[in-house]
Amino acid sequence: MMPAPVTALFQSLTRQASGGRPSTQHTAGPAADAIARLGVGMIITAAIVFAVVMVLLVWPIIRGGSTSEDAPRVIDERRWEFRWIVVGGALVPMLILAGVFVFSLGIMRADGVPSSPYEVEVIGHQWWWEVRYPANGFVTANEIHIPVGRPVRIHLRSADVIHSFWVPQLQGKTDAITGQVNETWLQANRPGVYRGECAEFCGLQHAHMSFVVVADAQGDYDAWVANQVRPAAVPTDSSALMGQKVFLSQSCSYCHTVRGTPAGARVGPDLTHLASRRTLGAGALDNSRGNLAAWIENPDRLKPGTKMPPVPLDGATLQALVAYLETLR
Amino acid sequence: MSSTAERLTAIWEPPRSVYSWFATVDHKRIGMRYLVVSFFFLALGGLDAAFMRMQLARPESHLLTPEAYDQLFTMHGTTMIFWYASPMLSGFGNYLVPLMIGSRDMAFPRLNAFSFWTYLLSGMIHYIGITRGIAPHAGWFAYAPLTSSAYSPGYNTEFYTLALLFLAISTTAGAINFIATILTMRAPGMSLNRMPLMMWSTLTTSASIVMSLPALTAALVFLELDRRYGFHFYDPVRGGAPLLWQHLFWLFGHPWVYIIILPATGMVSMMLPTFSRRRIIGYDFVAMATVSTGLIGFGVWAHHMFATGIPHLAEGFFSAASMTVSIPSAVQIFAWLATLWAARRVERTTSMLFIVGFIVLFVIGGISGVMVASVPFDWQAHDTYFVVAHLHYVLIGMNLFPVIAAFYYWLPKMTGRMLDERLGRWNFWIMFIGMNITFFPMHILGLRGMPRRIYTYPGGLGWDRLNLIETWGAYLFALGVLLFIINVVRSQFSGAAAGSNPWKAAGLEWSVSSPPPPYNFVVIPTVASRDPLWDGHNEVGHPREERLLDESKETLGTSVLDAEPDRRLPMPEDTLLPLLLAVAITIVFLGLLFRSMLLGGGGLVAALLLTAGWMWPSNDREVTT
Amino acid sequence: MSGVIAPTDALPPGAGRLPTFGRRSRAPGWWGMVLFCATEVTLFLYFIGSWLYLRGTVTSFGAEGGHHPALGIPLTLTALLVSSSITLRWGERAIRRGDTGRLTAGLVATLVLGAAFLALQAVEYAKQEHVPQADAYWSAFYTITGFHGAHVLLGWLMLAFTLLRHTRGHFTAERHLAVENTALYWHMVDVVWIMIVSALYLAPWLW
Repeated sequence: MMPAPVTALFQSLTRQASGGRPSTQHTAGPAADAIARLGVGMIITAAIVFAVVMVLLVWPIIRGGSTSEDAPRVIDERRWEFRWIVVGGALVPMLILAGVFVFSLGIMRADGVPSSPYEVEVIGHQWWWEVRYPANGFVTANEIHIPVGRPVRIHLRSADVIHSFWVPQLQGKTDAITGQVNETWLQANRPGVYRGECAEFCGLQHAHMSFVVVADAQGDYDAWVANQVRPAAVPTDSSALMGQKVFLSQSCSYCHTVRGTPAGARVGPDLTHLASRRTLGAGALDNSRGNLAAWIENPDRLKPGTKMPPVPLDGATLQALVAYLETLR
Repeated sequence: MSSTAERLTAIWEPPRSVYSWFATVDHKRIGMRYLVVSFFFLALGGLDAAFMRMQLARPESHLLTPEAYDQLFTMHGTTMIFWYASPMLSGFGNYLVPLMIGSRDMAFPRLNAFSFWTYLLSGMIHYIGITRGIAPHAGWFAYAPLTSSAYSPGYNTEFYTLALLFLAISTTAGAINFIATILTMRAPGMSLNRMPLMMWSTLTTSASIVMSLPALTAALVFLELDRRYGFHFYDPVRGGAPLLWQHLFWLFGHPWVYIIILPATGMVSMMLPTFSRRRIIGYDFVAMATVSTGLIGFGVWAHHMFATGIPHLAEGFFSAASMTVSIPSAVQIFAWLATLWAARRVERTTSMLFIVGFIVLFVIGGISGVMVASVPFDWQAHDTYFVVAHLHYVLIGMNLFPVIAAFYYWLPKMTGRMLDERLGRWNFWIMFIGMNITFFPMHILGLRGMPRRIYTYPGGLGWDRLNLIETWGAYLFALGVLLFIINVVRSQFSGAAAGSNPWKAAGLEWSVSSPPPPYNFVVIPTVASRDPLWDGHNEVGHPREERLLDESKETLGTSVLDAEPDRRLPMPEDTLLPLLLAVAITIVFLGLLFRSMLLGGGGLVAALLLTAGWMWPSNDREVTT
Repeated sequence: MSGVIAPTDALPPGAGRLPTFGRRSRAPGWWGMVLFCATEVTLFLYFIGSWLYLRGTVTSFGAEGGHHPALGIPLTLTALLVSSSITLRWGERAIRRGDTGRLTAGLVATLVLGAAFLALQAVEYAKQEHVPQADAYWSAFYTITGFHGAHVLLGWLMLAFTLLRHTRGHFTAERHLAVENTALYWHMVDVVWIMIVSALYLAPWLW
């Protein structure tokens, strides 16, 4: 729709190197591409309208004019009303708006959820995202993998309050509403990691309710699915084994699932392949050994208000638990 | 001549005393109080924002806890929208409407005093929470079920719900008062099509309040019943629906946007022709545009809900309606532009500068409004800083800027002192530049994916620098507001005397002294055109004629369409009843808040008895109606 | 300009004095009551709109959507309220001619019918098997009818107050705005009830 140099100019104005930055302008999928083009078109139209109105506004103010004469100019008011108000104030805006409306409607209609064999269920929780792959029978959190170039249908629900599911580089947002299933879809046309966010205020940690969408080439995607489908491996080294005992005997298993062990609670995120994920606490921290230990010790310090309680453990026990969690690849 | 004025002063001006301070029913004193109190709330809301900008200046900031931040942005929003924007305009309306239509007071002076006291007391209830760190924390539109007792236990949301229910009483009473005043008390000859344009916007706004505020009341009643008594309106598990809240809230909320900008555009339509030294071009168009904005405003609410999964067909409808509503705004803007072009010379007063600034910001806010009315664009922009930018251009641009312009214009009428023009210029440019530095980058931040209402953000997402710039812009803006306050305070000590008509304006309010006498007009004026002071119509009042009304506290009632003199309207004396009734209702709400049957029941009985006393004709006067 | 009073004194004092009751227009107080009624009716429209919204979007609303409320009591209530509006209108017309006796009779009859309405509404509540906490249907049912009941009570108190003023001889053929306004409010409450009966009681039998 827009000539390429114009688009490039606009992108340079909102410069924000890609690489996981959640820009609505550096898009990577057909849905967001179309909206970005619409946005650029509207911004250019807006700039022209703004410039014209500014000229019309500022000129009579700065031009000075006769100072002595106090009686108003004699003009044909009917004619002025017609030219300025009927044409300038009503007809021209109507034409512009009709154009904007028609373009918008076209893009809106094109953005219907396509049929696709790939379906993911996403459930918003205070303050993390549960991600289910029903066809493959596994559950993960805060990380959605999709195959490049394929549309993926997303079924959105909420476990508590209203959230909004948003991956700016791929698609506009759709709310996850209590008691209702909404549908949207994602498609990435190049491999990459795309930041997603909760966009509807949902309480204390609304700010830390991000996730990533990882678009993999088909082979990588299949491999990732194959790994996620497997239950957790039985730990081999003694420290990890001890850590597993801690996990099952302490409060961890009241809330979390690790498939392949008796832990099957669904309150918190499924940890079966925790170590394969990029972040902890829905984007609050990078997933590193140190962060993991600090998180378990006192999650509230790192993400005030989080629903996970602190787990008081002595140093050795904590190290063992972390060692176990690190095996969940 | 002097004897008539003296007689009227004796009738209308009670001796100044503590009693008269609490008991006054004078629309000018009440209007002034509205202006002062709502400016105070503007400062409070601004303070909330200053803390928020401090927190957001840098990524990963820990200045504020998330709970504190949530309370601040909620209080900022509710304060500005409910306790500043609309009451500020009520203040101007209260002061100016009777003067502009040639009346001696509002239709219901006691109800007017009651509106003010309930406004003040509801604001105090709203702010109880923040003194204990338990202020409302779910945002100004407070979506269910985040506000339910499960996710928001404790008092926080109670302050929001009850204070707003309380404020609704004040706002509704005020709106009814404005409509009755404008319809029945215009000076003889001021037929509907000769009313000052501000009367059209005040009428439209008041009618919108009457029809839209009940939606908020319904939503809040449901919420309170859910929270307190275990009802299930918003509970999907038991047959309720969270989206019911959103429909009701925005059915109220979008008309409310026009409620807080239309009176401001009405004020601009009064001021701009004065500085253009000619009458406005397109009076009929502006009047009709005002009314149609109010009407269409009722058909756009779901554009706040494009991401909720409502059907595409409905989205298309609401998108079209939302774009349509910008056309009457464009009509108004082009009427102003035409008037400026038809002028021989535009006087560049501070007031006029703020009007120019208002039009600039109006155009930007209007354009970004059209953009978010586009459904697919809104899927990206919704709930981001793009929307934050848009709504601040609308609210600051279309409410605060005209309000400051109106202060420069009408404060001399109210106090008799001119504001300083040199300081005014500094005031304007600092506010205008500060405003744009603060809010323009928010458009870009929104397009860069920054959601609103996050208490902190990670660095490196392309948000850091813009946020820092915005924070500096916000402080610059605050400095501009401070200059305004300084200018107002200084004018009271060293401002030039205003005289009755410093701007050589056309409206009736400029025909009386500054400040106006307590009875406003010695003789109720007659009007022969839309611009009474410019039309050369020189009138002489007859000492025994029906417009003199100097035998008791009275003003003139006229017919609705043609404003023909029809009846004397006896006006009430000062009384404590409005204050007492407001206090009784405050006690009812405190009873609800703290779950005390004693307080609630006692307050209710007291309120009923006081209302009965109010309605009972005072003994020393005949029953008049 | 408006401060200028001519020095002539040709007219006798009070020659131009208008009455306090208008001949051509309605009093500000009448507009006040009309607007108050308008905002009240709007509130009930939003209530009923919410009811219809839940009925239309939530499948489980109203005991799996199949609840058919009994109509005997609500139709009797309707008859009571409509006839009370008629008796009030009858009394109100009388005072325009200065017939104070018939106004008394009209007010008393309306008060009796209003009290009967409130009593029967209490019976209707007692007969329900559900509490408002049962589900959203019952929450809405009790909220809407309860709010209406409170308005009937308020209207009833206004009528009683008007009757009290009437016994003090406040009202004449020309001065009876309080009677008109109370009647306006009472008719408004009546109209709202008809909307409520249609939406809450009759609609389930029709669709």
